[in-house]
This record gives sequence, C-alpha cells and structure tokens, in this order.
Amino acid sequence: MVEFYLNNQKIRTAASPGSALLDLIRREQGLTGTKLVCKEGECAACAVLVGSLQDGRVKYQNMCSCIMPLANAQGRHIVTIEGINLSELTPVQQAIVDCHGSQCGFCTPGFVVSLSGALLTDHRPGYEQLLRAIDGNICRCTGYKSIERAVQRIAEELPKENYGLEMLIREGYLPSYFSTMPEKLQAINKPPEASQAGQFPVFLGGGTDLLVQAPEKVAHSPVQPVSELPALRGVREEGGRCIIGAATTATELEQSTVFQSVLNPDDGFFHLLSSSPIRNMSTVGGNLINASPIGDFTILFLALDSHIRLRGPAGERTLPLKEFYLDYKKMDRKPEEYLAAVEFEIPQKEVCFSFEKVSTRRNLDIASVNTAAAIAIDENNIIRTLHLSAGGVGPIPMYLHQTVSFLRGKELSEANLKKAVAVMQEEIAPISDARGTAEYKRMLLRQLVLAHFQKAAPEMEMIDILKLMK
Amino acid sequence: MWQYSLYYELLYLTDYQQIMNKKTAQPLPRSFSGHLDAANHVRGQSIYVDDLPEYAGTLYARVFYSPVAHGRILRLEVEEAEQVEGVARIFTFRDIPGENQIGNIVQDEPLLAEEEVHYIGQPIALIVAVSPEAAEKARKLIRVEIEELPAVTEPREAYRQGQLLHGSRKFEMGDVAAAFSRCRYIFEGAAHTGGQEHVYLEPQGAYAVPREGKVFIHSSTQGPTQVQRAAARVLGLSMNQVEVDVTRLGGGFGGKEDQASPWAAMVALAAHVLKKPVKYILSRHEDLLMTGKRHAYDSDYRIGLDENLKIIAYEATFYQNGGAAADLSPAVLERTLFHATNSYYVPNARLTAHCCRTNIAPSTAFRGFGGPQGMFVIEAAIHHAARELGVAPLDIQQKNLFEDGQEFPYGQVIKDSEARHCWMENIERNNLHQLRAEIREYNAAHRLSKKGMHLMPVCFGISFTNTMMNHARALVHVYSDGSVGFSTGAVEMGQGASTKLMQVAAREFGLRLDQVRIETTNTTRVANTSPSAASATSDLNGKALQDACGQIRERLFAILREEMGLEEIAGLQLRNNVVFANDSQLDMSWRELVQLAFTRRINLSAKGHYATPEIHFDKQKEKGHPFAYHVFGAAALLCTVDCLRGTYAFDAVHIVHDFGSSMNAGVDLGQVEGGLVQGIGWMTMEHLQHTPEGRLLSQTLSNYKIPDIYAVPREVSVRFLGSEGSEHAIYKSKTTGEPPLMYGIGAYFALYDAILAFNPGAARLYHAPMTPERVLGLLYEA
Repeated sequence: MVEFYLNNQKIRTAASPGSALLDLIRREQGLTGTKLVCKEGECAACAVLVGSLQDGRVKYQNMCSCIMPLANAQGRHIVTIEGINLSELTPVQQAIVDCHGSQCGFCTPGFVVSLSGALLTDHRPGYEQLLRAIDGNICRCTGYKSIERAVQRIAEELPKENYGLEMLIREGYLPSYFSTMPEKLQAINKPPEASQAGQFPVFLGGGTDLLVQAPEKVAHSPVQPVSELPALRGVREEGGRCIIGAATTATELEQSTVFQSVLNPDDGFFHLLSSSPIRNMSTVGGNLINASPIGDFTILFLALDSHIRLRGPAGERTLPLKEFYLDYKKMDRKPEEYLAAVEFEIPQKEVCFSFEKVSTRRNLDIASVNTAAAIAIDENNIIRTLHLSAGGVGPIPMYLHQTVSFLRGKELSEANLKKAVAVMQEEIAPISDARGTAEYKRMLLRQLVLAHFQKAAPEMEMIDILKLMK
Repeated sequence: MWQYSLYYELLYLTDYQQIMNKKTAQPLPRSFSGHLDAANHVRGQSIYVDDLPEYAGTLYARVFYSPVAHGRILRLEVEEAEQVEGVARIFTFRDIPGENQIGNIVQDEPLLAEEEVHYIGQPIALIVAVSPEAAEKARKLIRVEIEELPAVTEPREAYRQGQLLHGSRKFEMGDVAAAFSRCRYIFEGAAHTGGQEHVYLEPQGAYAVPREGKVFIHSSTQGPTQVQRAAARVLGLSMNQVEVDVTRLGGGFGGKEDQASPWAAMVALAAHVLKKPVKYILSRHEDLLMTGKRHAYDSDYRIGLDENLKIIAYEATFYQNGGAAADLSPAVLERTLFHATNSYYVPNARLTAHCCRTNIAPSTAFRGFGGPQGMFVIEAAIHHAARELGVAPLDIQQKNLFEDGQEFPYGQVIKDSEARHCWMENIERNNLHQLRAEIREYNAAHRLSKKGMHLMPVCFGISFTNTMMNHARALVHVYSDGSVGFSTGAVEMGQGASTKLMQVAAREFGLRLDQVRIETTNTTRVANTSPSAASATSDLNGKALQDACGQIRERLFAILREEMGLEEIAGLQLRNNVVFANDSQLDMSWRELVQLAFTRRINLSAKGHYATPEIHFDKQKEKGHPFAYHVFGAAALLCTVDCLRGTYAFDAVHIVHDFGSSMNAGVDLGQVEGGLVQGIGWMTMEHLQHTPEGRLLSQTLSNYKIPDIYAVPREVSVRFLGSEGSEHAIYKSKTTGEPPLMYGIGAYFALYDAILAFNPGAARLYHAPMTPERVLGLLYEA
C-alpha cells in the first residue's frame, strides 16, 4: 500500500509501488491536466509538485511524474495542475495568458506547476530562480521568449512583504488547503511496509534511469526506495573527508556548502547536470550504479579520487571508485550489495578542480564527452597533484591512469602537454554513436583537457593553447 | 465569470507595447491580441484526444512493426500473441474489409504491410487488447521472419538506382546556358540539410467509436477530411459513414497533416470490426520510430554573377529523401522549387528536383514544406561566392533582392514586394553596420571566442501550391438569444486559428468575443476540407466565415429595413451589440434584431464558401500564378562561438517581418518567435541520424534535442513592418505560420561567420545542422 495526498485528496493505493505516478494520476484518478509526452523525464509536461514533510513544514519540489515511482510518493503531497487551480486564474496563470506564453497548450500545465512550485520557498524568488524552475520544461511552439516575459512579470509582481505560504494563499497564487498539509502528512508519514522476504528488492533512487530503461521490470518487482533509508541521505564532512550518502539527490548535493566549495563555480556543474525536476529526483548513488560511461557524477567523483562504500549482508566494504567499473555496465558489486556512500578527501586550496562537458544541447543533454580534473601546480611549475577522468571515450567512465602517471611530477610545459595528449589518445577508445564520431570525441577530449589546464594555469598564454591544438 | 472578465481585459485594456519586446519601436496595430484557448491551457482544462472521457469497454491498440529496413515477409506468427490474456484481436492486412491503401498523392502505402516491408517501423500488425499493457505484452510475442533486402538511406544513391517516388520536376526561366557563358564569376558546390523531427508534444493518436453502422473518430489530425477518406477507404465504407471530430492538437507542425491518418484508420478498423471503442495513443518512442520527419535534402548548386555581383544564372538540383512512400513528398518537392531562389531575383534559372525513395519512414510535411530546403541552398551558393570573392554575403544578397515587376522562375510576377523594405529597415533600425564593426572589434580582442552575424531574407508564397486545395467553408448559427456558434475546416493546433476565426465572427456581427463560440472541427458540419496547412488556414477559413456571417447580416438588415421602413437608408452596420445607420445608433440591439428575425422566420444559419481568386498553375509548363500573395521578412542573427570547445550561443536575433495589418499581434508575434526557434533548432542541435542500415538513432528524446529555454537567443526583437497587407489575407493580416521558420537558416551562416573569424581557412561545408561537432571540425581542420 502506498499512501499519500494527491492535491487535497488522500490516496491509498494497492497499485504497484514501482509503477509510474503519472499512470495513477491520469488513468486511475482521471486528472488529465498532467500530460504524458516522453516517459523519459525529457520534457516535464508531466511535472507535479512533490511536497515532503521536513521539520513540521512541507517542502515542495517539481518532479517528472512519468518516471517517478509511486513508492516515492509515500507520505508526500503530490500536486497536479488541478490542485493549483482556483476559481480565478492565479497570477502565474494570468501572466502566461497575458504574455502569450501558451500556444498549443500541451506543455503549459507543466510550466504552471513548475513555476508555482518555485514560489514555495522561504525567500522571494527572482527571475533567474524562476527561470531555473522551468529549465526542464520543453515547449515546441513559443520559442520561449513569451514565457520569459511571463516569468519576468511573475517575478516583478510577487509581493515583497511577508513572503511565504500565507501570503501566497492570500494573494491567490495557491489554494488555501496548502496550509493544512503539514498536519495531514503528519498523520500518514510512516515508511512503507518492508519488501517481500527472500527476494532482493530493486533499490530505487529517483527512478530517473530505472523507469526509463526498465519500467516494466520495476513495476513487477519488489522495490526498496532508498529515500526510506535515512542512513543513506545527506552530505557531511569528517576529518577532511566529504561523505555523501548514496540516496542524496542532486539538488541536496547542490545545496551542500561543503560540496559546493570543492567545485569551480564558473563550471556551472549543476547547470550542466540535467534539469531541475530531474535533479530533484535523481540520486548520487543512482548515477554511479547506472554505470553509464558518461555519467556526470561518476566523472566528477573519479577526478576527486573518490571511494565508495558497498553494504551487503556480509557487512560493508570500501573500494576506490576507479576500480569499481569493470566493463560496459559491469561493476564490482554483488547482487545483494547496495551502494551506501561515496566519499573523497576534500582537495587542498591549491588544487584547481575543473569539470567540462560538451553536449549537442548545452542543458539537459547527455554529454558527447565529459571530463573532470584535479590539478595542482607548484611554484616551480611542476604538476604536483593530478587526477583526470573522462566519459564517452570508452566502455566505462574512465580514470585516465596512463595520462595521469605521465604528467604527474612533470613540468607544465607545451611539450609535456603535447606528449600527454598523445598518451591519452592511446588510452581511450571512443566509438561513433548518436553523440558523435569517435574522431570528434578524441578531438573534443583533447580540447576539454586543455581547458582544464587553462583554468589551472591561467597565466599560460592563449597562444600556447592554440598551438597545442594544431 | 472569470472568462468574461479576462476577455474583456484583453479586448480593451491590454497595453501591447508593454507586453511586447521593448525593442519593438513601432506601436503594434490596435486590435485584439492574445490566444483565446490560453485560459484553459494554463488550467490544464483543454481537451486533447487522450483526455476525452472513455466509454466503458474501450480497447487499446498497439502496432507491431517491421524490425528491418527492407525485406520480404516470409512468415508472420501471431498465434502465441493472441493467447495473451486480454487480447481481443490481432489484425493483419488480411483483415482489412476495404482497400489496404492510405496513399494520398500516390497510391503506394499500405496501412499494414503485405509481402514486403520498406522501413523500420512500418506497421505489420495491429494488436487490440483490454489494456495497453496487455497489447504490449502480445506485441513482444509476435514473430516475423523476413528475408532482408539491401536498404538505401541516401537520396543520391536512390536516384542512381532509379528509385523515385514520383516524376522529377524542372522549373526553368531565361537561357541558363547562355547566361552562364556571360558570367564573370561562377561557383559550384554541394549542400545538405538534415531531417527534422516534429516533436509535437502531443503524440499521434486517435479514438474510434462504432455508432450504428458508422464510425466516429476522434483524431489528433490537421486534416479531418484526410482521416475520413483514409478510414472510409480502408473500411470499404462511403465517406458519410465516417465522422471525424477534432477538438485541438497539442502541436502539429505538418506532422499530423497526412500522418495522423494511419492510426485513425487502424482504430476505425478495429472499432468497426469488434464493435467496441478502440483507442491508440502512440508512445513517444513509437511516434519517433514510425512517423516521418522533415525531408533531408542533398543538393548541387551552380551560381553565376556579373562583375557587379548581380546573380545572372543559378542552377540547382535537389535530391529529396522521401522515405519509403510518397506521402506528401511530391508536393514538398514542388515547394522547394518555388522557393529555390528565396528573396532574390534570378533572371536565368534551372531548378531540378528528384523525389527519391529510401528505406526510412516516409518523410512528410513540416513547417516550410520544402521551402527551407530550397532556400538553404541558394544561401549557401551566395555564401560560397562571397567567400571566394572576398566580400560579405550581404554585399551579394542586397544587390539581388526582389523588386516589383520581376518574375519568379515559376512565372508569377511579384507585386508589393517588401523584400528590400524589410531588409533596409532591419539594417537601419538595428544599426547592423555598427553591430558589424563591434563584432570586428570583439573578434580582434578575443582569441578563443568569436562572434558572427548573418542577415537572412525570407520570401514565402501563400496558398496551397496545389490550386484545387485553396477553398474552404464555414457553418454559422446565430441562436435566438443572439449568441453565435460556428464551425469551419480549420484545426486549432496552437497556431491561433480558433482565436482569429472568433475575431472574424465577432467583428462581422459587431459582438464581443465572449458572445461567439467556435465548435470542434467536424466532417459532418464542414465537409471536404483542406488540411490546416500551408499557412493558409486563417485566410481560407476566415474568408469563408466572413461570407457566412455576411449572408446572415444581410438577411438581418433586410428584415430591419422592412420592419422599420428603412428601405432608403443605407450604411447599416453592426457595432458594439447595436445597429448603426450611417454611423448613428439605432434603437435596436443585436439581440433584439436577432429575435425580430427569428419571429419573422428568417434563416439564422448560413454556410459560407471561399475559393482563392486569381491563382492558377500549369504543371505541364511549370508556369503560373500559384500564390495569393507573398510574405517577406529579414532576420539578423548574432552568435558567439567558444573556439576552445566548439560550443556556441545566439546573442540576439533582430527581425523585421511583414505582417500586413496584423489582426492579432500576440498570436502573430508568437508564430514568428516560435518559428524562428524551430528553424534555429533545425540548423543547430536537431540532428536526426540514421545508420546506413536505416535504423533511426534519434529514437528517443534523450537522443534528439530540441531547443530548451536556455538554448534560445538571449534577445529577440521583432519589428512589425508597416505595410498595407494583401487583400487576399483576412483583413489584410498576412499569415504567419511558416515563413518565420526560415529565419533560422541564418543561424548556420552566422556560426560560419564566427568560425571563419577564427579559422579563415576553414573547409567549405554546407552541411546542416551545425552541431558542436561540425563547429569543432571547421575550427581546427583546414
């Protein structure tokens, strides 16, 4: 049984916990404002708000209901467009109407839901924040400019005084029942029943890979939502190490100051990482276990020289992430083991950490090549610290062992970089596919690795970089 | 009454200037602005096929399709699949009571494959079951044995093998051979434009309900009559036994002009045979795999100029990738020829086009309908010439823009050309020469980042190129309480057709918009319709509606004259719900007038008809006057290329567009911005890929990317050109559907401009889309 609130209505359903929430919304409940478009989390026409009870308050995030397992709705408040509608248009809806931000209308409810959810924060959101809430919403008609104008207007019109839920209800942004939700969720907020004994359950994170790749399998298997395993959540710092629970979502990681301090803010890592509804759902562990040769988190953690903790009936073991991937989608993991955490030593101040990714579309796209590097160059221009990873250039997410061992301890010079690139080209084995030809991926990785070094040694003359590319 | 108040506000209070881009210096036309469906859209209350309440006992269909691109079916086994619990029936071509044929222009496309399959995704069998899941389970148990035959995916190769879907076409003007011999400069080369997936957000689908021997079909189609005809043919019924109803589409873009028919015919077949309601909504994966896209083209060009950079001669050969069946390809091919010289006057032209048969899903209509593919090639030819001659493309473009009195290669003489007007307005108002100087400075100061710009003119002909399709009808009822309901053949798919038509009805009767209502598009109310396509929907249906409203108005005036003894008084008008005579208000409201007429037994319903005058085209001579009018415009696209990573962004697009007298600035602006971004998508990130074996690589939305909110130009400004408009356009408001898409072509050349600033020796490559991969290649390869 999964129990939750759908808008202002309590739902108790025996539907499969691994099935998609959208099926229940549209087919069982007949709420047709939420649209089915891609079943991949690629367009957010199916966006709903998911409210979770935290410290007596309900915190809302937009998510893609087409790939959200029903199990993850347990104890939460699910809001569809029908749960936002009032007798008058809300200011969000009115702005979209007035600015001509809706043409065929199929994507529109998703935009309204995402934008309405973005208002439910402690602080009055600005234009950029509102825009970010719809970074996963695709529209094929408008070209977005009218939607931008609507967002501009919403941002300008938002009252400044007493910002918060009460005000939003009073001003007609949201129905009043929202204020009753903490109490209602409190009453049902208990974890689901344990999964069937004698069978290894499918460990379910956000579902953003599993429900795309194997929806039927998940729908017909016992599932264990990792979000119900509190031990796996959160980011913490311990003795100079950063430890991240496998069930931590991308959004939670983005909000961690410890983790953010590691990243180069100019790289816009989280901006390049899928879209906000997907970041709200997807977990760090899910990204690592999916074993995609091009997972953005995987590439990032490889260059942080991370270790992972695997937990099973026999206890816990720790191993370097770079030894975890054996072959295409093959990992050093037993079926009964699950990923508990990923951890790494927080790099010293002098280390430059860089993440690079190029995809056909800049946002919400899978990389042609992604790569990360941790580089420290000493006063004698010697490369003291170096970790380098690359995705999309082999069957597994790669730690570039040979390139690293060639360069580490050497002088940062044109000649050495040139040789390193040659070593790297020997080490990688990209294939041609939908994301580019093998030749392109080789060329692109070279460019991106040079971009890492440009960041680590900005005093290097541009001309040197240019020469290296020839 | 929120709806009323909203309409009222939009009608009377909207400050257009405020809601439009600040850059639009010229005040927009005073008229209604907005989309009347939007208030339901934002509440999720607009109804699409999959949102209709279902009848009890509804069955769900799924298609079993060909796993190979070309082959002979040796054996098809469905027995095991039939055993799956919940399966009602599995249909193959043998179960079709009528004709197994859905081809429209050419009769070459079976609904379900018989002996051969010609593309991956071609429907072979139709599974009908109590749930989509049961149907899906059964689909996996169908076995097919196919003897594979060689597949062709490239149009040039198909042409070499003589694989043509239709006869080739040739447009000729002047003496091309003699003209080339007079040219100072001649350049020749090849160009390619890729396909494009529509990605209408609402997938294809239909829901059929049997009704006393006839079939009622809810379809997501741009062409209700096409669906009706196809279903009737497949079922062996007459057209009056098939009723098609369309509420609205969640996007069409051409993809549901002809290709909505197969799914509708399939559910009609199942519903008719099983006597149960049957629904089929394609999954995105099925939709991507089974439906056709924009045609990819391979082309050759040869351009000749004189010493003053005047284009003297132009020759182009187009190899269209038509896919496995003709579908609309011959018509698309024709429009390529019509627009092969875009906004330029070319006195001597020879344009040849071949409709090539390949083993991919049949290519189909897509906004622009072959026009963009033709325009890209002449833009490439001009770019080529400019580069070789060391001048800017603009220097050649500007010298050759169309002037009144000049003739297109298809024989139509242009009048009211706004080509130069749009062009010069753009240069002056947007200070393009200044922007060019700034770009030069920026490029001199930045080594790994370069900016580029391109000014793209567009001239697009309005009318179906097939003259016989340019007609429409409307049915208007004035109810005895004065409210108005009407039907036309127009399908609302986001383009705002419903809104514009409601404006027509309201204006013709002098009513508020909330007093008129547009009904669903239904083949029993308005028959023999042309599809909502060719940007002609509002013009054709609007004028038919105007005719119907006018008939009723005249009847009302007649009774009024009779009743009030006003025979001598001319100048009767309906305004603001009141009757006016010679601009003075009479003591007679609209409602009173209607009631009066009703009591006098006057017919308050009318059927209007419109057929575009003047147009004609002789396909033997390939000459005529095919277009009611042309739409003009020019767009300046500015971009920045990251020369380290090969990535790029569009900084701004400045457009001057010829709307005529826009009747709905909000809708028209939306068409321009939306078309532009779709065009940029086609030219940049929308990379449709097939393997040589005919397998679509772009089979999911994670493998085929359309622009998201961060991918669009940071700034888009649209100036409404102050032009008269054409009287063939409804209220002289020129249509806006397709033309803006072609502004996107400028994206390719703007990127090229930036690339050349980094690598002046970059290869000559006219191969769209300009993906980051192609950019990086051009930046670093000589």
